[in-house]
Amino acid sequence: MKISYYPGCTLKTKAKNLEDSALASLAALGIEVEELERWNCCGAVFSLADDDLIHQVAPVRDLIRARDAGADKLVTLCSQCYNVLARANKLMREEEEKRETINLFMDEEVDYHGEVQVVHFLDLLRETIGWDALREQVKVPLEGLKVAPFYGCTLLRPAEVAVGGGDRGAPHVLQDFLSALGATPVRFSAAEECCGAYEVLINPVEGMRRAGSVLAAAGESHADAIVLSCPLCEYNLGRKQGDIRAQVSGIPDIPVFYFTQLLAIALGLDASAGRFELNMASARKLLQDKKFVEAPATQV
Amino acid sequence: MPNVQKETEADLIPIFIMGKRYLVPESLTIMKAIEYAGYQFIRGCGCRGGICGACSTVYRKAGDYKIYSGLACQTVVEPNMYLTQIPFFPALRREYDYETMEPVAESIYQLYPELFRCVACNACTKICPMDVQVLDYISALKRGDLEAATRISFDCIQCGLCASRCMGELPQYHIAQLARRLHGGKLAPRAEHLRQVVESIAAGKFADVMEELKALPVDELRKLYTERELEPAMSDEQWRPSNNAGL
Amino acid sequence: MSITILLRALDRAMQERVAEISGQNVYKCMQCGTCSSVCPMSGDMEITPRQAMLLIQHGLVDPVLSSRTPWLCASCHTCQVRCPRGIEVTRVMEALRQIVLRENRDMVNPREIPAESIAEMPQIALVAGFRKLTS
Repeated sequence: MKISYYPGCTLKTKAKNLEDSALASLAALGIEVEELERWNCCGAVFSLADDDLIHQVAPVRDLIRARDAGADKLVTLCSQCYNVLARANKLMREEEEKRETINLFMDEEVDYHGEVQVVHFLDLLRETIGWDALREQVKVPLEGLKVAPFYGCTLLRPAEVAVGGGDRGAPHVLQDFLSALGATPVRFSAAEECCGAYEVLINPVEGMRRAGSVLAAAGESHADAIVLSCPLCEYNLGRKQGDIRAQVSGIPDIPVFYFTQLLAIALGLDASAGRFELNMASARKLLQDKKFVEAPATQV
Repeated sequence: MPNVQKETEADLIPIFIMGKRYLVPESLTIMKAIEYAGYQFIRGCGCRGGICGACSTVYRKAGDYKIYSGLACQTVVEPNMYLTQIPFFPALRREYDYETMEPVAESIYQLYPELFRCVACNACTKICPMDVQVLDYISALKRGDLEAATRISFDCIQCGLCASRCMGELPQYHIAQLARRLHGGKLAPRAEHLRQVVESIAAGKFADVMEELKALPVDELRKLYTERELEPAMSDEQWRPSNNAGL
Repeated sequence: MSITILLRALDRAMQERVAEISGQNVYKCMQCGTCSSVCPMSGDMEITPRQAMLLIQHGLVDPVLSSRTPWLCASCHTCQVRCPRGIEVTRVMEALRQIVLRENRDMVNPREIPAESIAEMPQIALVAGFRKLTS
């Protein structure tokens, strides 16, 4: 079985820490994936208008690239990309009339019928290795690390593309993942809430308040860190955290990690695989304080 | 010469220029056919050699829904083609201070944020008369890869047809030009042999030859120029001029 | 909230347009208010999702269109996941946005976003934002 890998634009720049830590972890786990040789931006948000098919073309074109590369599965890391690709794939499988229109429009490509399966990295771990086997591969158990698992929107909604393979009720795939690494997932009331998404472009004040309430909930959960899989969530909750703290009271200073960064560390990979220089400064410091990674040689 | 005209008429084919039917000789390029039909180029025509990008033309063929494109100076007419030239399409080029610019994708994002309005419809690639994979270089830039964008867009002749078809209203060719400038001038390794030649010239390698030339009367200088030895069009790398005085 | 409904204000054409773009039957809404209670942005909306559904049911689309409600919606899909009537409220919000955007009106101008913000934002913020907010 061949697994193609769709990175998504942000993973090649600002979220390189998400990509590098994931690929290093996969290599350590012996799971082979191959990055698509040719791919385009998926569009980041799934088009919800029933009569608008042009915005489905971008993800479908990527699915065609995966099919043409001989892939059975297409794995993604970014929650947004996952959501868009998985829903576009579902549309191409199930909605015959729309499928025909899209295929007719893309007359320079061979017709697509949903041949590829889209999976998120979390589900790839769950399905191909499983949590028990992952636990056995852990070299540096993240003991004593209390983590707030943040799903946000696009890993869970709508239900037909939710990660976790049919979790009913509260999702627990991130908690299971964290437990396998030896960390302690905390009860986190904002785990499935919206981070503010693209509000920053049109309603920055309201967007900041939204992110602030997620951060406040993380503080109330007494977590040491937040873990997530979306570069837009990381921007709103991590990169902008200092700005939010300056505007809203009661916002904790809490590091934000991509889930793959914790995976790489727990698998005993070198800290450089985590690319922590792209996180907020407190992220690496927390891992050093907990003795999961060593301080860089240059640091006194 | 009525006889000659009769002989060539057998080779005339109908084409439609801006909706009007003309009979033109079948072997002509679109550009020559337009001139044959009586039009005179003031704009929309430049090098006539397929490189300046001034004569981009769009056409359809009878009974075919596709839009085709080509450079008028390079594309041979076909019977029943419906064509018009699009010598220019408005696309705003931003002004910037190249010297102070960082060679990173963010520099491009700041000047052309509409880059992120691309919907991957691929109309740009389909219309490109130079077969540049326009969508692919736009995709490369969205993920910050200046090297790939430079490589993929290298054959662009700035004709602007991509911008004319863009759903996201992007000025693709200006964006690609900025990417090539940033990559070529600030990221790509410098050519070592070129640096050596420039240094040797600065050190006076051709100073004596130049002085000799400067001392010549204009007539002799003109003679030297018109009789200079030209490199044959199909020569290989081993070709050398027979007289290499001064080299 | 009290609503005065004048018969002449009913805009069936606009109501049908919302139905056509969203693919949703707004008459399925029973006004339970779950959407408003779970919406992370409803606290900032002058017309909440439930109120928007009621207004559209009554053919009063214009007041919803001229409110900030469709532009505060972050498409988090919480309302539609929780709706006991199975209405994809997120799609109704998208239809409202599309009605405005399809008149070639932009809610943000990409060239007016401060350069330092563009440099700092992840690409998906811009891609997602332009998809939702520009025509």
